[in-house]
Amino acid sequence: MRELRFNLLLLFIAFNVLFSPALSDLVIHKLDRRIDLSSQIVRTTTFLKVENNGIDTVSDILLPFPDHRAKNLAYLMATISEGKGKTKVSSGSLPVRLVNPEGMPPALSWYAISLPKELGTGESISLDVKAVFTHVLRPFPEKITQADIQLLAFQDGAYYLSPYIVKVQTLTVKLPEPKVESYTKLENTKFSGSEIKYGPYEKVPSFSYAPIVVHFVNNKPFTVAQELVREIEISHWGNVQVTENYNIYHAGAQIIGEFSRLDYQARPHVRGSSAFKNLVAKLPPRAHSIYYRDEIGNISTSTIWGDSAKTLLEIEPRYPIFGGWRTSFTIGYGLPLQDFLFQSQGKRFLNISFGCPMDEVVIENLIVKVVLPEGSKDISVSVPFPVNQSKETKISHLDMVGRPVIVLEKTNAVPEHNQYFQVYYKFNSLSLLREPLMLIFGFFFFFVACIVYMHADLTISKSSASYMAKLQWDEVQTAIQQFQNIMNRCMAVHDKIEASLRDLSRTGDVQACKAARKAADSLLKDLSKELKPLLSFLQSSPQAVQILSKVEELVAKEKELQEKLMLKHSTVVDCYEKKFGGRETENRVASVQQKIALLRQEVDDLFEIIDEI
Amino acid sequence: MAALDTPEPSTLRHAFGNVLSLFILLLIGVLAFSIRLFSVIKYESVIHEFDPYFNYRVTQFLTKNGIYDFWNWFDDRTWYPLGRVIGGTVFPGLTLTAGTLWRILNTLNIPLSVETVCVFTAPIFSAFASWATYLLTKEVKGVGAGLTAAALLAMVPSYISRSVAGSYDNEAVAIFALIFTFYLYIKALNTGSLFYATLNAIAYFYMVCSWGGYTFIINLIPMHVLLCIVTGRYSSRLYIAYAPLVVLGTLLASLVPVVGFNAVMTSEHFASFLVFIIIHVVALVYYIKGILSPQMFKVAVTLVVSIGLIVCGAVLAVLIALVASSPTKGWSGRSLSLLDPTYASKYIPIIASVSEHQPPTWPSYFMDINVLAFLVPAGIIACFLPLSDASSFAVLYIATSVYFSGVMVRLMLVLAPAACIMSGIALSEAFGVFTRSIKFQLPGVSQNSPVNVGDTGNVIQNDVVKTEKSEDSLKERPSRKNKKKEKDKTERASVVRQIEKRLLVLPLEASVIAIFLLVLLGAFYVVHCVWAAAEAYSAPSIVLTSRSHDGLHVFDDFREAYGWLRHNTEVDDKVASWWDYGYQTTAMANRTVIVDNNTWNNTHIATVGTAMSSPEKAAWEIFNSLDVKYVLVVFGGLVGYPSDDINKFLWMVRIGGGVFPHIKEPDYLRDGQYRIDSQATPTMLNCLMYKLSYYRFVETDGKGFDRVRNTEIGKKYFKLTHFEEVFTTHHWMVRIFKLKPPKNRIRGKTKKAKSKTSSKRSGTPKKNPWH
Repeated sequence: MRELRFNLLLLFIAFNVLFSPALSDLVIHKLDRRIDLSSQIVRTTTFLKVENNGIDTVSDILLPFPDHRAKNLAYLMATISEGKGKTKVSSGSLPVRLVNPEGMPPALSWYAISLPKELGTGESISLDVKAVFTHVLRPFPEKITQADIQLLAFQDGAYYLSPYIVKVQTLTVKLPEPKVESYTKLENTKFSGSEIKYGPYEKVPSFSYAPIVVHFVNNKPFTVAQELVREIEISHWGNVQVTENYNIYHAGAQIIGEFSRLDYQARPHVRGSSAFKNLVAKLPPRAHSIYYRDEIGNISTSTIWGDSAKTLLEIEPRYPIFGGWRTSFTIGYGLPLQDFLFQSQGKRFLNISFGCPMDEVVIENLIVKVVLPEGSKDISVSVPFPVNQSKETKISHLDMVGRPVIVLEKTNAVPEHNQYFQVYYKFNSLSLLREPLMLIFGFFFFFVACIVYMHADLTISKSSASYMAKLQWDEVQTAIQQFQNIMNRCMAVHDKIEASLRDLSRTGDVQACKAARKAADSLLKDLSKELKPLLSFLQSSPQAVQILSKVEELVAKEKELQEKLMLKHSTVVDCYEKKFGGRETENRVASVQQKIALLRQEVDDLFEIIDEI
Repeated sequence: MAALDTPEPSTLRHAFGNVLSLFILLLIGVLAFSIRLFSVIKYESVIHEFDPYFNYRVTQFLTKNGIYDFWNWFDDRTWYPLGRVIGGTVFPGLTLTAGTLWRILNTLNIPLSVETVCVFTAPIFSAFASWATYLLTKEVKGVGAGLTAAALLAMVPSYISRSVAGSYDNEAVAIFALIFTFYLYIKALNTGSLFYATLNAIAYFYMVCSWGGYTFIINLIPMHVLLCIVTGRYSSRLYIAYAPLVVLGTLLASLVPVVGFNAVMTSEHFASFLVFIIIHVVALVYYIKGILSPQMFKVAVTLVVSIGLIVCGAVLAVLIALVASSPTKGWSGRSLSLLDPTYASKYIPIIASVSEHQPPTWPSYFMDINVLAFLVPAGIIACFLPLSDASSFAVLYIATSVYFSGVMVRLMLVLAPAACIMSGIALSEAFGVFTRSIKFQLPGVSQNSPVNVGDTGNVIQNDVVKTEKSEDSLKERPSRKNKKKEKDKTERASVVRQIEKRLLVLPLEASVIAIFLLVLLGAFYVVHCVWAAAEAYSAPSIVLTSRSHDGLHVFDDFREAYGWLRHNTEVDDKVASWWDYGYQTTAMANRTVIVDNNTWNNTHIATVGTAMSSPEKAAWEIFNSLDVKYVLVVFGGLVGYPSDDINKFLWMVRIGGGVFPHIKEPDYLRDGQYRIDSQATPTMLNCLMYKLSYYRFVETDGKGFDRVRNTEIGKKYFKLTHFEEVFTTHHWMVRIFKLKPPKNRIRGKTKKAKSKTSSKRSGTPKKNPWH
């Protein structure tokens, strides 16, 4: 126990100092000290009544802490306590600063409370000093098995360490459970319930020291976030998005030996009492879109409930966290903008809490990033306690220059730091429209570019021989296309004639058949008229030489086919008019029919040949 | 008739049709994307299964370190102590695609995480794949068939199973690449354009980058070319479509490190070169035939054939001798197991042990392609009416892919697009016939016969303009557009004419009923696909859910274990597990593994298998010699998770025994039966896997009832001597054990122990393969 030795050393120093003259003529009349050990965070509340017995006025009251304690000091606040007993009213906190007075014993850190008004002779003042320490409780033994309970050792002095004479003082140590392994017994020590009381001690000189050690049971979770990055992103479209990245470990007694799930599941409170299974985050009301995940995906073990005052998010890490085990995860949620963003004097300001929303979590390194909308200007921050400030830019969705980011860093943060802080900035509402407009124009120009591309001829050379040849070839192709169309229509007319013949055989309506013939004749005439200019074009074009022969052949065949069809038609109609029998008609037509079939075949072949070209 | 006389309304109508088809295509893309989001909605946006985790990890590396580091990446966190050269052994297409996508989004200041991009790569590419299917089928059989096939492909369950959001695997982009390569080949074949042929080679390059299945392309296309030559369909278009592909494609393929010289050395590529030679010979023959008179040609033929045969025979003999001299005949194991389905189970247990390499069962066909299985034959028939170059390709594609899917259930994926194309053609043709028959017989139409004829013309015209317009929509160069337009027009016209010629007008009632039935069939297909997407194929397999009477229960044990490993072990600790969990362990837990899913070193896997099947002490020695600190086993006995390590155990024995003969499979079987109850063999009950799985299991219910095997375990109470339990997940699905440190030697016993161990070692030299 190195620390114990260290304390003894301190004691020695303290006794040395004991006989040196008191710092000033201040006397502490009454002092009540409460040390709360019920969680991993040690909170001491000290009520002191100070009187000035000297001649000079005093403006500072000095608070010394041993160095090894001071480095774990997370939070220190002094308030003037007015009124007495239950009607105590605390006004605003007094400024506290680190000082380095001369002629003082080493290994002490000094804080000075500046009084609002100087304390004259004979005047007295009552103060409440709240100090919060982290990492002060030592697990003892340091390594335990799954089944063991976690024991902690706490060391402090029974007397208040002070440069002033203390007339009457008491000390109360509050334990989480009424179970204690051992505690230092001094005179006037009482152990009742879960509290150990020392004192009252009277007339204790300055720098008195009487070490006490309390060894007690504490199975409370020792949740320590090695790092917590909170990113608060403001969107003026109505949302404040908070993303919190946790990197958590259990700072209590480390587990050694096997971890048996069986034991843990069978008796979780006995075998695994020191582990913590879940964490509860108290989020602001109307928090929405809450998620809980880590780097390998969503974690499904979380529940949420809430009312108008708060939203409670209970999360379970993937596995129970035993001493020394680590995990990391991210929670995120959205908050309505109007709850947190306000306007004053032409400036907007964000008013949101600084710390972690979870209970009793110590954060070794807390980084709060406030991402303001792109185009924010005149940024200033007001935080009620000292933090490191820096600036970054973050480029997010469709940003051009990036969003200004305020980075606030705080080491050793405790729930007491969960206070509201403000970020003031100026922002033009019109800038909101920039991104939608950008998208609109982007797509607009994209479509315009498409249209232009579709209508522009991007051929490199317009006068080269190959290009001209291609143009001519294209013309020929169009001509052949038209030609084919006409031919197709001719064939369709032929089909129609055949159809009319079939109708005739079914209905015997000769007049209709004749009418159809007439219509077909006129159509064919029209078509042949249309065909003429095409043919003459093809004949004139040099590119069409190879195809011309086929085309002409097709035209000739088609003509022949047409004639045969007409012949067949008139024959059949004749036969009908003369009322010949079906067989007779067939006989007459048979030869023509054969020829037609032959011609059709040829025409089809020609069609295909032309197609292939 | 009106349509013919006044062109304005008709062009308007066709413009409308064109916009409509564009809109339909857009909707098909949306459908293909959104049907794959069930996994995100039902579970979460997370990478699935095993291989995707590796791809995800590689992508992370790529985005973090850049492309050059990626090519040179030697991964020392896997295959410990050997390591793996990732850059040279991975198909980089998928990771490069996702990495590029991520980079583009980030330069546009859209800060998506790499994981998000990876999760949604597969759905995006399935939308692309359905558009590619449209293009391919349009080349084969026209716009209607194209749209139908695209819609079918967008939701075919077989493809969904590989491309749901989160299934970040090679197949996700490879199927798109496959179809697109085929499309470009057909396009080049139809147009004879060198432009498309070059594009085709580039698309083939992308396919080579993406998936080992590229060998399918490089064999199928030569087969088709050969088919065309044999059936007398040789043309210069065929030459242009094929020759550049072989030359450029092979050059490009050998640029991919994982392929390298395999592109010319292995037998998978042999067919393409053979056909390359053949097509040149044929081209030469056609050329000579053109310049010589028929008699001269005959003389030349006899001369060349007699000399050529001798030369060819000699060359062929040398080639065959070369190929036959290599033990696997120049084929890779997976290809060989395709050609000879029994090959893998005989020689390579690792390939055979993967469930997706098993032949499929009939129900899986119905599950994966559903009604398409019945439509495919109709599509094949439609392809023969008339048979064009393109449709013969489609027929060949379906025929080969049916065979391959029959060998390996995984290759069902290759069958799916073919089945969709065929069914699209079949449905479209059927609808065409039925609607036309209804149109002909509608009372208003049939009385007015001129309109009837006009309608036929109209149908032709309609089709013509449609194709032409969709060409427009594809943003082709205006100067080139005309030519192709003509080409398509003429073809279309002829096709339609021929159909017209053979058109059999069906009775009205029959057509109406048939259309109704077809719609019903389609509806059934859609319902099945949605069900398959939502229920069957969306599970990410790292998160399991079960629905009980009191709501949904989530089993997130895998990530619990990986999370624990990630945070609570040293960064350089080695974790041994069966190879299935290797990729996940490296990706999620960020710990070094001994073996992983890239099963490149059989001996290493066999070592782990041997350790798992050895008694505790021997296993400890093996693991200790591999510097292993933690052993991870998957155990489903408590909650009834069937694919746990005990069920895979026989494969470990087999693979281990394949290399270390002292592990014998019969030792683990009682009368040829694999059992873990009291009838099990002592070897089984004493092996490490059994002990780690069932350590203190009996205390859960007092009997030790295994819910997967449905039996009480054989050996209930035992202690571990060389391992200690360090973590077990909530449902006991993953158990992690730590190797106990070696015991301190007690001074007096040193000599004895030494002599003992030395004698033991000399007695059984093969016990520990690493000594």
